[in-house]
Amino acid sequence: MNTIDKTLDEILTLAATHFKVPREKLTPDDDFFKTLGIDSLQALDLLTRLENHFQVELPDYELQGVSDFRTLASRIQARL
Amino acid sequence: MKESFQGDALAWTTRDGVIELALRRAPCNEIGSLSLTELEIFVDALPGLARDAHSLIIHSEMPAGFCAGADLRELYERSQALSKDTALAGVRDFLERIHQVMNTIDAAPLTTIAAVHGVTFGGGLELALVCDLIIADKMARFCFPELRLGLIPGFGGIPRLKRDLGNAVVRDLLLTGRSFNAAKAQASSLVSQVVAEGEALRVARATAAQLGKFDRRTSSTAKEFIKPIPYHELQQEIDIFCELFAQPAVEQGLRKFVESTEAQPYLP
Repeated sequence: MNTIDKTLDEILTLAATHFKVPREKLTPDDDFFKTLGIDSLQALDLLTRLENHFQVELPDYELQGVSDFRTLASRIQARL
Repeated sequence: MKESFQGDALAWTTRDGVIELALRRAPCNEIGSLSLTELEIFVDALPGLARDAHSLIIHSEMPAGFCAGADLRELYERSQALSKDTALAGVRDFLERIHQVMNTIDAAPLTTIAAVHGVTFGGGLELALVCDLIIADKMARFCFPELRLGLIPGFGGIPRLKRDLGNAVVRDLLLTGRSFNAAKAQASSLVSQVVAEGEALRVARATAAQLGKFDRRTSSTAKEFIKPIPYHELQQEIDIFCELFAQPAVEQGLRKFVESTEAQPYLP
């Protein structure tokens, strides 16, 4: 099973690749809406990609109030 | 008979026995008065189109997804501009009309396929549910978020979910308002096939081509036997929706959605 650091790293890499943002510009405590420049529909797209990548289900309400990558990683880690 | 149509919200063509209905209203095919009017034109033409067709594919040209549901901004703005009774009468009229559209497609004497990608929420999921098959690309996402607005699905989604899925899945979707990805939707028997990103329409066309090999009368007779239309429950859904719409929580929920500057207005 992934460590949370590995989970976090995979999230940052996936987000950078898909939204075409340089990987080195993303840090764990970034607000991913602002850093990736995404809206709510694109956030759902990111959610689906993360679910497919990690093979988990992440109900939308688990993301309420979550806007940084580190907290997102902890939510995913809890389902691995 | 309109063999083809180019509208602002949708377009259709027919080729090799397959009718293709493309949804094309930016940003994500929200169903308001324009979409409803053009859908009504489509179902008026459908009996004539169906004489020479064996399949109907419904898909979206919008990158964000198949359909994000009802046009909540239009609904809110119209309800604010009218007296409560007039607004409610308008809502009931809209529902009666959209149900007529949905019921016609549901019962159409040809095999219907929804080729979906991205956001397939609310009324969009209801439109997919009237089809015989749903083919989803792996980025499709399904949801009934109406509870978040103090409502229930109003375009016929509940009776059709009950028809097609196990009750536990129906409860999960409706009572939590959470969204499912395509894999979960397939595991729940909502989706027939999950395909690679961007491939749903191609696979729907391949499926339709296969359906064209079968005797049309046999297929339509089998469909009529297999697929009940829950007319009584559909009318009950309209009545319950209108009763809920009159509650203050709905106006608050709609206002919150329309006026929100939050990054995730779809979340409760």
